[in-house]
Amino acid sequence: MAAAEPAAIALDDATVAFRLADSRLYTAVEKARLTVANGEFVAIVGPTGCGKSTLLNVAAGLLKPASGQVAIFGQPLTGLNRDAGYLFQADALFPWKTAIDNVAIGLEITGAPQQHARQRAQAFLTSVGLGGFGNRYPHMLSGGQRKRVGLAQVLIRDPRILLMDEPFGPLDAQTRQIMGNLLLELWNADRKAVLFVTHDLEEAIALADRVVIMSAGPSARIIGDWRVPLARPRDISEVRMEKEFHELHREIWSVLKDEVMKGYAQSSEVAEAV
Amino acid sequence: MSRPVLLLCQFAVAVVALALWQFFATVPVFGKVLLPPFFFSTPIDVAEQIVKWFSTGTIWKHLVITLWESILAFTIGSALGVLVGFWFARQPRIAAIFDPYVKMVNALPRVVLAPIFTLWLGLGIWSKVALGVTLVFFIVFFNVYQGVKEVSPTVLDNGRMLGMNDRQLMRHVYWPSALSWMFSSLHTSVGFAVVGAVVGEYLGSAAGLGYLIQQAEGIFDVAGVFAGMFVLSAFVLLIDYGVTLVERRLLVWRPVSTEGRG
Repeated sequence: MAAAEPAAIALDDATVAFRLADSRLYTAVEKARLTVANGEFVAIVGPTGCGKSTLLNVAAGLLKPASGQVAIFGQPLTGLNRDAGYLFQADALFPWKTAIDNVAIGLEITGAPQQHARQRAQAFLTSVGLGGFGNRYPHMLSGGQRKRVGLAQVLIRDPRILLMDEPFGPLDAQTRQIMGNLLLELWNADRKAVLFVTHDLEEAIALADRVVIMSAGPSARIIGDWRVPLARPRDISEVRMEKEFHELHREIWSVLKDEVMKGYAQSSEVAEAV
Repeated sequence: MSRPVLLLCQFAVAVVALALWQFFATVPVFGKVLLPPFFFSTPIDVAEQIVKWFSTGTIWKHLVITLWESILAFTIGSALGVLVGFWFARQPRIAAIFDPYVKMVNALPRVVLAPIFTLWLGLGIWSKVALGVTLVFFIVFFNVYQGVKEVSPTVLDNGRMLGMNDRQLMRHVYWPSALSWMFSSLHTSVGFAVVGAVVGEYLGSAAGLGYLIQQAEGIFDVAGVFAGMFVLSAFVLLIDYGVTLVERRLLVWRPVSTEGRG
């Protein structure tokens, strides 16, 4: 990490609050301080409902923090983050466009000629292993395939930052591993800055350079930051066998466990109150 | 049940129904004809009437008129519905102001407007088109309004994060979503366009299928009334088939063909 180079993402005491329906103020995230260096892969892990996605939306410019600063490559963020590609948790493909059109649209809206955009889109579809599926509509693809198209859709714009909101959450265990390896492979090619949100600690350690832990909400805080000492390139399924992996996992889990229990207790309290 | 058997059974239903009709209209049961031909006519008379219409060619003029009115009503009604639906969905304040009036007009049974339209637009096709437009407009309007409102927020955010400006969001997100809702109600709105045309003709006109039925009724020509009804059903079935073909073409990206949400 060169000191002179500004961080890809820098959150400085960012607090995010929402006005609830009964006009009470709900603080989702409090004074979050987080930097992601250029080329660094950072994973945020936390209990359900702790505001991980909120933090990601702040970095994307989709949400404005109530207080605190957001800087992207040293520039204060105003409006949407034009340097970032966002892979959403829910299905975000345009259902009325074929796979190849879904990927090509990222270039077409910048005014690239259609012919060129489609050629590039075909190349990206091939790189995510869907070269022969360009003419399928999203509903004709499996969940994993849709995520691959989503990845291609985001990557074709060549963003300097990748924001990922539990992108593999809805997939089955095997598909998640395959997608994880695919992501690492693609990331390894040009090492973009990545902010990856997940609730799966194992996934976080296997993928990331740094793992950041958030406390249970409301007023969630960042309570831990670990560097992952595993060598790259990694294979997701093999890296889990290593000793360092287990040690780090035990260490982080001892902190995370309490928060998970807290989050669980709160959500059941809410359920009882309802 | 295999397809040929199904078709055979469907055909048998028609044969049996027509045979019973013919039988009770001509053969006295216990000395009494249960379906006096004066009131019920007979299938053979009705068929003769239909054949006569087509062989002399008189029916074509009426069919073309009704088709024209339906097409115009559908086109104008849809265009207005899409425009206003879009406008209201993007301008919640306008929608809120007009909301009670939209509800009021929609609550009105449209048939009562027919005399007004005849008064304003005369006995020609435009009074029928106007009636059809008032029916089609609301179906399309509500669907487009809903379609624009219910665009998935994730898809919208995705569009914005991909760098779309407002115009591009309109073209690539709002517009296809609204159109898909409109197309899903295509059967209903096309059906209403035909209803508007036929009811309008029935209430006062000089040509069209509705006029034909109304004329026959005026002179107690029951065979003519039934013949008109059969031609009308066939006409609507044909149009509906056409709509199905169009729909299949336009909504390929949909997982399952959805029922009209009209």
